[in-house]
Formats: sequence, structure tokens, C-alpha cells
Amino acid sequence: MVPTPYYLVLAGILFTIGVIGVLVKRNAIVIFMSIELMLNAANLTFIALGRHFGQVNGQMYVIFALAVAAAEVSVGLGIIVAIFRLRESINIDEVNLMKF
Amino acid sequence: MAWSFVLFWILAVVSVVSSIMMVVTRNPVRSALFLVVTFLCVAVYYVTLAAQFIAAVQVIVYAGAIMVLFLFVIMLLNLGAPEALRERGTLQTRVALLLGFIFIAALIGSSLIALPTAPAPPGVYQPLGTVQGIGLNLFSPNQPWLFPFEITSILLLVAIVGAIIMAKRRV
Repeated sequence: MVPTPYYLVLAGILFTIGVIGVLVKRNAIVIFMSIELMLNAANLTFIALGRHFGQVNGQMYVIFALAVAAAEVSVGLGIIVAIFRLRESINIDEVNLMKF
Repeated sequence: MAWSFVLFWILAVVSVVSSIMMVVTRNPVRSALFLVVTFLCVAVYYVTLAAQFIAAVQVIVYAGAIMVLFLFVIMLLNLGAPEALRERGTLQTRVALLLGFIFIAALIGSSLIALPTAPAPPGVYQPLGTVQGIGLNLFSPNQPWLFPFEITSILLLVAIVGAIIMAKRRV
């Protein structure tokens, strides 16, 4: 029986790796993967705390987060494909039309 | 009960190292495969946390569907070349690492605050995350989860329409 703070610290480490990936990388697809990693860390926190309190409600949140993540990935990859058609690149430093 | 700690530490090392490698490597295909390893480790954590159904869904949806979608897009856009993108300057990397360390210190510090004690003793095995437990809780009229479940279908419909419109050549 591993105590709950172990899982919380591990989820924090995974979340921070995702944050650093979003800040450092240029490839839009790898940035999306980092966002998925952050979502997974949040899900791990939900499930660890749900077990800690002996409730199933944490897992309900995870189910809805899964559905939102699937929808987000499909729309986000559609956006990436559209940007690639427009610019022939997915370097996010070159997609700066709204950065004035 | 030492074996659960052993399992925890092995999976912790594997998941953290593979997620770091996901960020470090320059090849997007390798990033995707390292992310699959991390997802599988998290799925095993779900099993140890009495969330068996979520673990199966994690393997099927995340490690299966979502990562296959990522790999399809990488293949479609022909991004497998390792030298496709230059890395950023070192200043931004250093600032990101510094901010990451501050953030992780804050997260760990807030994780180590003593949690309130559980109303039910967490050591007792309950049929928490089985399909029966999930279904009884999700579709129970006494719980608030039925309406969000229906809203999720609308969300998925909007995502389907949005993805098709985004990927169409001409609207």
C-alpha cells in the first residue's frame, strides 16, 4: 500500500516535465504530446486522491477528462494539418500572425 | 507489502525517464513511442490504485487511439526526419528549466501537506474501479454524472465536425 503523497509527487514531476516540454520545444506535435502528458498527470492525481478518500468520484472525473482529451487531440491535430498546408512547416515560431 | 513499493519505484523511474526522453529527443516518432511507454506505466499505476476500468481505457484510448493518431499525423506530414527543426537558443531552455524547478518545488511542497484523513480506511479493498462500480456510479440518478455524460456526446460530435472542417482542403 503505497501512500498517496508518493503518487502526488510523481504526478507533479510528470506535470512539470510536460510544462518544460511545452516551453522548450518548437515542434507543435511534440508540444501536443507534452499537453497529453500533463493531462495524464492530472488524471493520476484524481485517481490517487479518489483512492485516498475511498470514493469513485475521482475516476468519474478521469472518464470525462479522457473524453475531452480525445476531442482536443482530434481538433488540435486537424489544426496542425491545416497549418502545415498553409506554411509547409509546423515550427510554432513561424506561426506568429496573431503576435503583434 | 514491500512489493508494491518495488513496483512503484520501478514504474516511477521508467515513466519519468521516458517522459524526459520524450522532451529531449528530436525525432517526433521517438517522442511518440516514449510517450506510449509513459502512458503504459500510468496504466499500471491505475491498476495499483484500484482503477481497473480506467486502466483498460487508458491503454485503449491513450496508448491506442490517441498515439496512433499522433503517429498518423507525423507520417502524413513527413516529419520523421530528426533534423527537421532546429532547437531553440539556450537562454530559453535555461529559463524554462529554472521555472520548471520552481514549479516542481511548489508542487511537491503542496503535495506534502498532510492530507485530511479519509472517511473510509483506504487500505480496505473496495470494488472501486471495476466496471460495475463505475457504471453504478455513472448512471445512478442520485449522482450528478448522468448529465455530463450526455453532454460528452455533444462534445464529441462538435469535435468530429471541427476536425473534418479543419482538415478539409476547402470549406
